[in-house]
Amino acid sequence: MRDRTTLLVCVILALLLIGGPFIPQWAMFIVTIAFAQGLVALGLMLLLRAGLVSFGQALYYCLGAYAAGALGRFLGIADIFVQMLAGALVAGVAAFVLGFLLAKYRGIFFGLLSLALSMILYGLLVKNEALGSTDGFNILPSKLFGVRPGAEWVRYAVMASAAVVSLLLALVVHRYLRTPLGRLAPAIKDNEIRVEYMGASARYAVHVKYVIAAVLAGVGGALAATTVGHIDPEMAFWTTSGEFIFITILAGTGNVIAPFAGALLYGAIRTTAYDLSPNTWQLSLGTALLLIIVFLPEGFWSLFKRHARHS
Amino acid sequence: MPVILDARGLCKNFGAVTAAAEVNAAIERDSVVGLIGTNGAGKTTFINMITGYLKPDRGSIEFEGRDITPLAPRDITRLGICRSFQIPQLYSSLSVFDNMMVALGVVLANAGRGGFFSRGHPLVPGFEAPAEEAAERLLERFGLAEYRDRNAQALPGGVRKLLDIALAMVARPRILLLDEPTSGVSAAEKFGIMQMVLDGVRAEGATVLFVEHDMEVVSRFAQRVLAFYDGRIIADAVPQVALADPEVKRYVVGRHA
Repeated sequence: MRDRTTLLVCVILALLLIGGPFIPQWAMFIVTIAFAQGLVALGLMLLLRAGLVSFGQALYYCLGAYAAGALGRFLGIADIFVQMLAGALVAGVAAFVLGFLLAKYRGIFFGLLSLALSMILYGLLVKNEALGSTDGFNILPSKLFGVRPGAEWVRYAVMASAAVVSLLLALVVHRYLRTPLGRLAPAIKDNEIRVEYMGASARYAVHVKYVIAAVLAGVGGALAATTVGHIDPEMAFWTTSGEFIFITILAGTGNVIAPFAGALLYGAIRTTAYDLSPNTWQLSLGTALLLIIVFLPEGFWSLFKRHARHS
Repeated sequence: MPVILDARGLCKNFGAVTAAAEVNAAIERDSVVGLIGTNGAGKTTFINMITGYLKPDRGSIEFEGRDITPLAPRDITRLGICRSFQIPQLYSSLSVFDNMMVALGVVLANAGRGGFFSRGHPLVPGFEAPAEEAAERLLERFGLAEYRDRNAQALPGGVRKLLDIALAMVARPRILLLDEPTSGVSAAEKFGIMQMVLDGVRAEGATVLFVEHDMEVVSRFAQRVLAFYDGRIIADAVPQVALADPEVKRYVVGRHA
């Protein structure tokens, strides 16, 4: 079967860049947030392929957002690419350090330890006056290469930047999945003893995946910060991590595009649910997840795969 | 023949149970050695100590003159000591072919090939072929070609054993340790499996140690026998001599043999 991922990515990017100016502002916002959340889900997908579920990926999402916010608050920098770079760096360094601890754990211990770490960050931010405590703070208006785009072009500029960076990162992950280290993921999930006795270190492989996932989440957090224009400690709260897991399960681990499509679908389900019944939208969301797990346990991306197998 | 693996004074206790008491064995290069003994005699403990899964309480293991006692299993594997398992250790969610591809990927990665920035199809060291081709070649050699696309979970017992051994062969081991390669395999298949494995191994020029309960298999394939009893080696000789030893007859082979 020929791999069409690169082609698909290029088509999506071209459509967004060319068609972008013609879609309404609110749609641009939704697409941009889907890219931000999709990046986090892409990282979770990497971990999930190795059998690891992080219940605390919001840690790196929040770190990325605060790194971007701090740039503006303390240094006056609001360039969107610099913000994303800062988010990636801060999240990556944090994950590199914490990875020495987490890469030793599997299953429920890995999940709960990651949850605990994200809640520690939440606790620290809530108590921190300089970073706005529970209220958080506003982000400086986004700039692109030092220039502030015109009011009607800001959303498009942010969306286009998000699309370019996110899809580029998706291709990087796609390539990584085909390297020996990337291929090791299902092997680690299946049988770590055999991995060790083939001369590979499962712990090292998990550590690398953990850092990559954090970097993706950090970029996503910075992107969300600059899109929404405001950040607060809720970004590290466990329910935020839950949303990312929801998206990952919804999407499945079949392809690097799936997390972004999953994030978009999640946004649609959530918005519709809120529209239909503002007081019980969680009920609709829960039902949607239930249906996915029962009927499409490998995520909605498996629909395309199934089709490919039959044809 | 020069000695490739030298175990000296290995001791290992699990609480009150003695799994190894002063085990000494010098294994010669390119030899085929059979390990025999009843369950709990210390055969698997011996293999587990060589491969680093267990650390001996006392004693040392040298591989080509280098002390490997303190090394982790993956480092010992990288030096060229590979093993198969009593219960096959496979990647059960993957196909037979993908099992081989994962293993070949590790060999590539350890050789510094096939990384993120490498182009095209890097050649697997030892095979001088891309991973896909090396995988097909190994599957062919171990009679696994017809199971290529089957899920590892759904394989018959003998095939699981062969795949487990094929996975151990991917790194082109200098020493191959086989823990009961023919257990759970029908009597008719046993000789075929051993023959196939040893043919495959001899083509590569590796030393083989295998644990075996079937004395017919041992006397046919082993050049030398180490008989274990109660954590000790009670006989170390060519099969004809070792299997005729009164102590071995009494403690290992049993009356009926």
